[in-house]
Amino acid sequence: MSHWIFRRALQALSVIVAMSVIVFVAVSVIGNPVDLLISPSADLAERTRVVAGLGLDQPLWRQYFNFLRGITEGNFGRSFVYNEPSLKLILQRFPATFELAVAALLIAVVIGIPLGLYAGLRPEAKVSRIVMATSIVGFSLPTFWVGIMLIMIFSVQLGWLPTTGRGATVAVLGVEWSFFTADGLRHLLMPALNLALFKLSLVLRLTRAAVQETLPMDFIKFARAQGLSPARVVWVHVLKNIMIPIVTVIGLELGSTIAFAVVTESVFAWPGMGKLIIDSINTLDRPVIVAYLMVIVVLFTAINLIVDLLYTLLDPRVRLEAQG
Amino acid sequence: MNAPESLAALAPDESSIGRFWREFASSRFAVGGLAVFCIIVLAALFAPWITPQNPYDLMQLDIVDGRLPPGSASAAGYTYWLGTDEQGRDMLSAMIYGLRISLGVGIGSAIVAGIVGTGLGLIAAYFGGRTDAAIMRLVDLQLSFPSILVALMILAAVGKGVMNVVLALVIVEWAYYARTARGTALVERRREYIEAAESLALPKWRTVFLHLLPNCLPPLIVIASFQVARAIALEATLSFLGLGVPVTEPSLGLLIANGFQYMLSGKYWISLYPGIALLVTIVCINIVGDQLRDVLNPRARK
Repeated sequence: MSHWIFRRALQALSVIVAMSVIVFVAVSVIGNPVDLLISPSADLAERTRVVAGLGLDQPLWRQYFNFLRGITEGNFGRSFVYNEPSLKLILQRFPATFELAVAALLIAVVIGIPLGLYAGLRPEAKVSRIVMATSIVGFSLPTFWVGIMLIMIFSVQLGWLPTTGRGATVAVLGVEWSFFTADGLRHLLMPALNLALFKLSLVLRLTRAAVQETLPMDFIKFARAQGLSPARVVWVHVLKNIMIPIVTVIGLELGSTIAFAVVTESVFAWPGMGKLIIDSINTLDRPVIVAYLMVIVVLFTAINLIVDLLYTLLDPRVRLEAQG
Repeated sequence: MNAPESLAALAPDESSIGRFWREFASSRFAVGGLAVFCIIVLAALFAPWITPQNPYDLMQLDIVDGRLPPGSASAAGYTYWLGTDEQGRDMLSAMIYGLRISLGVGIGSAIVAGIVGTGLGLIAAYFGGRTDAAIMRLVDLQLSFPSILVALMILAAVGKGVMNVVLALVIVEWAYYARTARGTALVERRREYIEAAESLALPKWRTVFLHLLPNCLPPLIVIASFQVARAIALEATLSFLGLGVPVTEPSLGLLIANGFQYMLSGKYWISLYPGIALLVTIVCINIVGDQLRDVLNPRARK
């Protein structure tokens, strides 16, 4: 067992190393950032000085090893644009993105599970059909367009909600959060709803499918035969059994919600990591691009590893297969 | 939906295409989706003949006509049914031309990714062993990262451009085909006809591509239809973020992005109508895909 965990962790590490090579080489192929940073009127001597200052004059493999050495020291190089350590820039913006992603998943769960339960318990009801049809639209609608429509309706037409930024924030545990102020929540509502839409459809469909799978099972029949109230059967017996796959999926989706926040943050000018990466790609700010991609790679590899390990602990069949 | 199927089984002289169509047409919803999709494709194909204006021809644009609301009359005398954008482009014309880019990129990338992914998936299933392990490890790695990130990474590396977007979409999509092709092929390769082909000592490529492939196609067609919709949505998203197609060839996504900055001043039409066109296209493809899945999936048949 510990042997397997070790092997799996090693595998995750090799994925990270492989991705670091891919990311670094890929990003180093793009246009020369020097052209963007130095005014065309600069003379050759100044150019050479700046190039050397950024370490761009060295061969690619040496740049990569410098970069690797930097990573181990938590140093991804300074942003060409902000002239600050790029990892610091990203981590500074991480709370905003994290807050948005968690709020979105919260909305998805709070709305998605009850609706999914209802649709699963009463598949023929009109409301269920409408809910299911709407969830298909939720899958089809591109996130950015929904965001634009939300702004058009709730900000431009009705004037209810602000369109950009995080609003007032308050420091908790040394980090600024919008979650704890009324103004911050007003700013958070639309972006979170926007980001939640796709996950909402997913949670809803998953819950419905799980309910429909659970209902014909023997233990539900026995629970009913025991004379338990229908409410108790649903809320205790059904819900308990469907929560395992749903919680797993929600955990897995946290990573992709953070990734897809790129789109929502761009629409609502939410000052998170996603907006930073788009701005950085547009200004060819290489250290920030590389650092962002590496942070995401590590995040995803870690999430995948944890889920794999949890499965192994929970399900003996997976464990046997891993050993065999 | 399933009622006519037992009858179809009793009518052996009916051609398979006829039968397929009848099963497909059992849902009026799906036929409607297909019809709208066909109209959209035809409009995109014949754009130069049906649009009132060529939005790429600067000579035909009049900056004085910029940002006119829908239904305004142009200086040249015709009506801008859906209004104009900031450069005085007729939105309807710009949308139909934008559809060409969106559909071209979506369908083109789905075809290339389909060929690459299916090929690799079949090879993995047929040869097994290390080849299989290597290819599937790559698929797993690819699928563990969200599509938007992979596309971002690639476009950050190669820059904007229509062909670059196609490349990014192909890299995002191929793994889905590979996984499906492998799964289907693993089942099919145990069948007798493969054994027969092998016992004839046909070249391996013949067995794989002429015997195995045709029998793996149905689920791949279903995947392809959904992937076209996904690709169109992803392309629009990337263009909206400013990482997709260049300004000179605006797709629907870029048209929406251009209109976004005027949204706050109440000029909704520049974003709204391309968005609706995008939406209708994606929903129609998904409806068709849904029905294809029901018709082609033998397990869904009762």
